[in-house]
Amino acid sequence: MAETPISPAAPPPAAAIRLEAVTKRYRGQAEPAVDALTLEVRPRELLVMVGPSGCGKTTTLRLINRLLDADEGWITVDGEDTASLDPDALRTRIGYVIQQVGLFPHMTVAENVATVPRVLGWDRARIARRAEELLELLGLDPADFGDRFPRELSGGQAQRVGVARAMAADPPILLMDEPFGSLDPITRARLQDELLRIQGSLAKTILLVTHDIDEAIKLGDRIAIVDRGARALQVAAPERVLSDPADDYVREFVGSGAALRRLGLLRVRELEPGHWPALPRAAERHVVRDELIASGRPAALLLDEAGRPWRWVTARELERGGEPGTEPGVPASAELTPAATLHEALDAIVRGGVGAAAAVGDGGALHAIVDLEAIMAAADPSRPSQRTAGGEEAGLVRS
Amino acid sequence: MAIAVGLAAAIGGCLGILVHRRPRATGVALAVTGGFLTIPSYALFGLLVPVLGLGGAPTVVALTMYGLLPIVRNTIVGLRAVDPAVIESARASGMGRRERLLRIELPLAWPVILAGLRVATLILVGVAAIAAAVNGPGLGEDIFAGLARIGSATALDLVLGGILGIVALALLFDLVYAAVGRATISRGLRG
Repeated sequence: MAETPISPAAPPPAAAIRLEAVTKRYRGQAEPAVDALTLEVRPRELLVMVGPSGCGKTTTLRLINRLLDADEGWITVDGEDTASLDPDALRTRIGYVIQQVGLFPHMTVAENVATVPRVLGWDRARIARRAEELLELLGLDPADFGDRFPRELSGGQAQRVGVARAMAADPPILLMDEPFGSLDPITRARLQDELLRIQGSLAKTILLVTHDIDEAIKLGDRIAIVDRGARALQVAAPERVLSDPADDYVREFVGSGAALRRLGLLRVRELEPGHWPALPRAAERHVVRDELIASGRPAALLLDEAGRPWRWVTARELERGGEPGTEPGVPASAELTPAATLHEALDAIVRGGVGAAAAVGDGGALHAIVDLEAIMAAADPSRPSQRTAGGEEAGLVRS
Repeated sequence: MAIAVGLAAAIGGCLGILVHRRPRATGVALAVTGGFLTIPSYALFGLLVPVLGLGGAPTVVALTMYGLLPIVRNTIVGLRAVDPAVIESARASGMGRRERLLRIELPLAWPVILAGLRVATLILVGVAAIAAAVNGPGLGEDIFAGLARIGSATALDLVLGGILGIVALALLFDLVYAAVGRATISRGLRG
């Protein structure tokens, strides 16, 4: 059936989907909807095509599964020229999810999911098992949802069923056309996370189109920024598009929030750690104070016996001395991990009120101290680092 | 009459399926079947008798002609009302033209098509009475028999009996259609 590879002996193709100078014109329109588009989707990657509405994104998807036929150029799927394949057979190998979902209203959820397996002639028991499996994968209880009709579903549930239906025959490729476009922001975020989770374990080749740059950055292994006629202006990893837009159009499309968006992509572990004094809590007060003054930082971090962040102290708090029984400074939060995004790091810094935040590794021991300077340097690599050699003497940070 | 409904359903359904994607053909089909319905029934029977003779044949032909419009029309309307996103999904699932029609489009259009059949049936119940004019079978015989001897003792009884019979028949058919609808329309399309 469709799961068996067409030519098991052939070497793995370099591209799962390849469009070569593909052009599609609609009758009565001067401009082609898709204009000499060349694009490659690599096996098992999630490529997001992002561009304004009406720029030919949907047409591109429909050309790939031959709901439309190209006027010029050629398209290969797993190395085979799609023009030489039977369109219906091709479509059973490519899952298709659309914004309007398009569930069959007269069929139950389970029957909807079973669509492609039925076309492929699977036996009943296998279809039933597969439908249950997929509903579970999408977070819908088969016992509860299997016998419901589409009109009894919320928008988010309907789109989950839509995704399950597209994946029913385990196609290696999924095409997704604004799949989360009509959902409210909370449901959309949840389904995006779900897609990333599923993609993490199944690793399909996915081409997803959207007009939402944030969605593209969140989901894409790579993103393709397209203009009218589906002309690809830049195809690159999201970090790359944000930090190094190919031209003014891309820069404008990515928007003024690009630097802030990059914070959601970078991880604390990729940062150059800030040089802040960090000493054991048992250290003599005057030692801490001297270190602190020498570092030029507003506060020093005291660590407990296990090397875990304990409290932040300022020079004044150290000088004031403490009455017995009270601890100096403010408690140090230890929520940040090396895997946290810079967004989260920034949040921790702002909430902490010291100008820096401690990131902890396994066991809660201090990993690095993150400060605004480090975040700014990472968010905008074109900006020269303002770190000076003078900070070295305070380099007490352990990693 | 049942034969005529069956014939009209078969012809009208096929016609509707054939033309519903082609605006011009749809126009022609509706104009022609609509035209049939505007021919006065008495005249139509009269026109058919020279060709088909008296009795059952002209009756079935005439009734079929009258039943076509609601069926063709509702088949077209029902099929056109199917959500394009649903058809797109069916195509993208690898369903061929035939499979799409049988498993997706017709089941979705069915409530509307069934309503067309119901209207056609009710029209034909009424028109069938007049078939008695060409010696066709049916309750119309009683009505015509009664009208022919106005003034006699049994005339009114015959006419009334025929009319009441026709009304009862129409109600009966309506009930049958309601039951058929419950049995054949997907729960997903109701409520």
